[in-house]
Amino acid sequence: MSRLARTVQTSIGAKGLMAVTGIALMGFVLAHMIGNLQIFSEPEKINAYAHFLQSLGPGLWIMRIGLLVIFVAHVWAAVKVSRASREARPIDYAFKKKDLVTSYAARTMLMSGVIVALFVAYHVMHFTLGWIDFAGSYGQMTTIPGVDHEVPDVYAMVIDGFRHPLTAITYVLANLVLALHLSHGAASLLQTLGFRNRENAATVKKFGIGFGVIVAIGNCSMPLAVLFGMIGGAS
Amino acid sequence: MKLDSKIPDGPIQEKWTNHRFNMKLVNPANKRKFRIIVVGSGLAGASAAATLGELGYNVDCFCFQDSPRRAHSIAAQGGINAAKNYPNDGDSVWRLFYDTVKGGDYRAREANVYRLAEISNNIIDHCVAQGVPFAREYGGLLDNRSFGGAQVSRTFYARGQTGQQLLIGAYQALARQIAKGTVTMHTRTELQDIVTVDGHARGIITRNLVTGELNRHAGDAVMLCTGGYGNVFYLSTNAMGSNVTAAVKAWKRGAGFANPCFTQIHPTCIPVSSEHQSKLTLMSESLRNDGRVWVPKKKGDTRKPLDIPEDERDYYLERRYPSFGNLVPRDVASRAAKERCDAGYGVGRTGLAVYLDFADSIKRLGEDTVRARYGNLFDMYAKITADNPYKVPMMIYPAVHYTMGGLWVDYELQTTVPGLFALGECNFSDHGANRLGASALMQGLADGYFVAPYTVGNYLAQHGSMNAEGKVTTEHPAFAEAENELRARVDRLMNIGGKQSVESFHKRLGKIMWDECGMARNKEGLTRALERIPALREEFWSDLRVPGSATGCNPELDKAGRVADFLEFGELMCRDALTREESCGGHFREESQSEEGEAKRDDENFAFASVWEHKGEGVEPALHKEDLTFEHVALTTRSYK
Amino acid sequence: MQLSLHVWRQSGPNDPGRMDQITATDISGDMSFLEMLDKVNEDLINEGKDPIAFDHDCREGICGTCSLMINGVAHGPDSGTTTCQLHMRSFRDGDAIYIEPFRSRAFPVIRDLMVDRSSFDRVIESGGYISVNTGNAQDGNALPIKKADADAAMDAAACIGCGACVASCPNGSAMLFVAAKITHLGQLPQGQPERSLRAKNMVAAMDAEGFGACSNHYECEAVCPKEIPADTIARMNRDLFKASLCE
Ligand SMILES: Cc1cc2nc3c(=O)[nH]c(=O)nc-3n(C[C@H](O)[C@H](O)[C@H](O)COP(=O)(O)OP(=O)(O)OC[C@H]3O[C@@H](n4cnc5c(N)ncnc54)[C@H](O)[C@@H]3O)c2cc1C
Ligand code: HEM
Ligand code: HEM
Ligand code: SF4
Ligand code: F3S
Ligand code: FES
Repeated sequence: MSRLARTVQTSIGAKGLMAVTGIALMGFVLAHMIGNLQIFSEPEKINAYAHFLQSLGPGLWIMRIGLLVIFVAHVWAAVKVSRASREARPIDYAFKKKDLVTSYAARTMLMSGVIVALFVAYHVMHFTLGWIDFAGSYGQMTTIPGVDHEVPDVYAMVIDGFRHPLTAITYVLANLVLALHLSHGAASLLQTLGFRNRENAATVKKFGIGFGVIVAIGNCSMPLAVLFGMIGGAS
Repeated sequence: MKLDSKIPDGPIQEKWTNHRFNMKLVNPANKRKFRIIVVGSGLAGASAAATLGELGYNVDCFCFQDSPRRAHSIAAQGGINAAKNYPNDGDSVWRLFYDTVKGGDYRAREANVYRLAEISNNIIDHCVAQGVPFAREYGGLLDNRSFGGAQVSRTFYARGQTGQQLLIGAYQALARQIAKGTVTMHTRTELQDIVTVDGHARGIITRNLVTGELNRHAGDAVMLCTGGYGNVFYLSTNAMGSNVTAAVKAWKRGAGFANPCFTQIHPTCIPVSSEHQSKLTLMSESLRNDGRVWVPKKKGDTRKPLDIPEDERDYYLERRYPSFGNLVPRDVASRAAKERCDAGYGVGRTGLAVYLDFADSIKRLGEDTVRARYGNLFDMYAKITADNPYKVPMMIYPAVHYTMGGLWVDYELQTTVPGLFALGECNFSDHGANRLGASALMQGLADGYFVAPYTVGNYLAQHGSMNAEGKVTTEHPAFAEAENELRARVDRLMNIGGKQSVESFHKRLGKIMWDECGMARNKEGLTRALERIPALREEFWSDLRVPGSATGCNPELDKAGRVADFLEFGELMCRDALTREESCGGHFREESQSEEGEAKRDDENFAFASVWEHKGEGVEPALHKEDLTFEHVALTTRSYK
Repeated sequence: MQLSLHVWRQSGPNDPGRMDQITATDISGDMSFLEMLDKVNEDLINEGKDPIAFDHDCREGICGTCSLMINGVAHGPDSGTTTCQLHMRSFRDGDAIYIEPFRSRAFPVIRDLMVDRSSFDRVIESGGYISVNTGNAQDGNALPIKKADADAAMDAAACIGCGACVASCPNGSAMLFVAAKITHLGQLPQGQPERSLRAKNMVAAMDAEGFGACSNHYECEAVCPKEIPADTIARMNRDLFKASLCE
């Protein structure tokens, strides 16, 4: 353990932590997205899925806490690394340093990360805690086949939520930012963890962008589909 | 001045082994009580400092660059020789010894050269162990190539960066000792004078190039590993900072200076393009393995090279030297190029260039093979000249490259000042009048890794003091005296208040040296130079302008000091060239040549090393002679016809 | 040609420093960038002004002494080229050229364009070597090395320690320099015994010197005059994780 602690104290170790937690977070984003995409089929599907998650009981809490720890670790490392890098050049160039090969995504990782963090906070308050609820559709109940008692109508909550244009736009923008973060992150982590080399460099780059695009399409499709009335019928 | 070369007796094969046994040793426990000053961190300096540190001595190492890794050894491209005979082509210690003595035109000391050849193999082993990435064959074993016209393949290389890799190896060994605390490194620090007490070298005075401070350093022995003095010509393949200061100061403190006029002019360099040129760039000699040298048959032919038909081209090396052709030794190739250009056949904007043509080899081997062999050199050439050597022939011209002359040292690499040693290019030892390709790296590392660490111990065991009371400290009046002289000199330089820059004086000195003491020398020119140099020195000390101040970082002041020393040294060089009325190796006296214009050596009267003794300011230096005897390599005339 | 130079002038470590405009006159395309500065300095001296201090030595692109940030690019516009090998034909008459020192907390300015890169030496001292004393070596061919490995080691060993990687890294990171050394030695059998120790110590030293971390921008690779590949950094990361987690 102390070994791990010592490792993450080094610049490379911190990067490694960021990469590993990044993978976990990517995994969550991907799984969460696939789960949510059930919104495109009939309401029962996603409600049943949500119910299944709820029914995990302690398991759910373990997942939640694990996720939170990973997230915090990722942010901690991000902040540590970013600070070290800022302090490494106290006097900047008078003639702005030319960027020869780096990408916009790479240069804005911290910013995009922070935006994602804010989004997640907002998002949890929206769908999980229901503190923010313009549509007033949080806590509606419904029934699903094979369950005798009522369960939260997640389908309605999401549809109503996204009918609200501002909310939908927020989601779209936030997910674009996340996609940007990942378009560099997903490739970057392979270099950080030492898997990138001269041969696969191009592929690694494509992988990053590809991952970003998938997340962008997947997550933005939902609010947009609702907004343009393609699912959930016209409001 | 007494010249005792201290050559051990016994058969030449056993001299070094016997001598190592006969030398006195320093008790391991006492080694740390000795402080050794190593000036220079090139191949010679870094290897010596690291090895002495490993042995347990206290070492102070100095260099003027911002890091020891930047010493000029880094620029060596071609390779390093060793008598391993891995290719099984008949090489041996004896053959390397023989070739080096002959290649040096019989002006080197046999015993030293034999030791060098003997040690050459240990160098390769040690460098491999350090992680020097020498070129290898698919079988995983070390690759060798033939270099500089040698008849055997004995040259080890690391791409076109052999010197860099060897120096990085030595630098890393040095870094290890610095971390251990046995070596203290002083970068951006320039030696200004050597301090002698009772005739023994006991310390140095340095100038901190960042703060401008003068500092005193006391030691039990001083080793000068400060490289060559090619920059006396202003334009050379040496680094901008390469200087003769340390050697000149040693000379003035009583060290004999041997064969100062022996300079090597390298045939394959990129020609001068404009008067703004600050230095010349070498193109590795290996190019001559596949390139053909030619000039137009017609005087002042201004056609483009490709427009000149085959039968109107004069492949003068192949014409004059059928058996060696384009691979004749450096001095021969350089003079031949000069001869053609002086006769008006030179090409290029200045008429001071000849073609090095790869068209035939590209036809024969294909462009890819040629690229594989010389790619980096072709790129470098293209970068500098903006010509594409794959399409048009390269233009080359000889340039000052190496200085065989240097501080006179005995078999133990000790100068005529006890306790003052000289290693690497800084000494005169092993190359006689002409150095063979890939032999300087070998010598620098032999001196630093394998010779000096023993011989300095022998000196310390006899003359070094282990106990504090016997030690000379920086409080000794000799230090104060030397420091005051230097402070006065710096003040003088700063306060001349003239109009001309240091650079302009250096350029003018270089011009004199190149014209009168360059590739070909004659009595008249040298006598002229002996009047012009002192005059220029006068002007320097009366009309120099050094901007800035003596405190803090002031590169112009650094340069001024170096040029001041070059101005004194240039005179000594010309004097040496004048007295040596023969042609040998890099030294070509027009009075001494055969009908076909080949160099004529005069073993009757000049089979000796000229050793110059400083007799005081404004007094003519005295010439002493170390007679050279050749028991193992019969004196013959070099012929490459 | 005539050029309008904007040069960083700083009389010493404590002087805040500033950008100065200097006009360079009759510059020829055959001049190297440093020869252009020589010319400017010659003129400044003749005008009784202080010349511009800059680091240089070999002027062949091998010693790594020259530096300079030229119009926002370390070693200037030509790729795979050091400042001393850069020629003025890469510029047009009337161009404005901004010349600044390499910027990094670990490279304090000494004067004008000269910086102190001794932090690099200290990183090497922390473990950038193979521990072998003179005289210990076995025969050079006792231990065959795959050509591919020897070549890869040479690729990395080509680093000249110029610091352009640091100067051009958005994070002021020295990863490429350190990775080059770790790769050079780690590729060779002789380098194996100390491989883990080396990675740990050199990374620790690098951090202690105040270099930034790497976020995989690859700017270093793009400006490196010796074109050291950035996958050496991946390799170094592997070595470090293995060393500090498993040993
Ligand atoms: C372009 C080029 C290519 C070459 N190629 C080859 C080759 O292929 N094979 C070969 O065998 N040889 C070659 N040589 C020759 C060889 O490189 C040198 O002779 C050899 O490296 C000299 O090493 P050194 O240690 O004696 O001196 P250097 O490497 O020049 O080191 C001199 C050291 O002394 C220090 N110093 C100098 N003056 C002072 C002072 N006043 N105060 C403090 N420190 C000082 C410097 O800082 C430096 O550290 C080449 C030379 C050149 C120029
Ligand atoms: C769902 C949320 C997130 C995911 C999936 C994610 C994923 C990733 C991944 C895979 C990397 C690449 C790691 C590497 O280069 O080795 C990364 C890097 C980074 N992340 Fe995140 N991240 C998320 C949230 C955040 C947040 C909230 C922040 C900031 C506060 C943040 C800041 C950063 C920074 C600064 C980097 C740059 C690392 C580097 O390359 O130096 N991330 N992220
Ligand atoms: C348009 C895209 C998204 C939709 C439709 C969506 C939908 C939902 C829903 C319905 C819930 C509540 C599940 C429940 O309470 O049963 C939820 C929870 C959550 N979502 Fe999203 N989400 C989206 C994007 C994201 C993104 C991009 C992230 C992270 C970067 C994220 C992180 C979370 C988290 C952390 C929770 C809380 C899980 C828990 O602990 O219960 N979501 N999401
Ligand atoms: S890695 Fe490249 S840029 Fe960095 S120091 Fe080495 S040579 Fe210079
Ligand atoms: S530019 Fe900097 S961020 Fe990493 S890849 Fe190079 S060190
Ligand atoms: S001066 Fe040596 S690399 Fe530029």
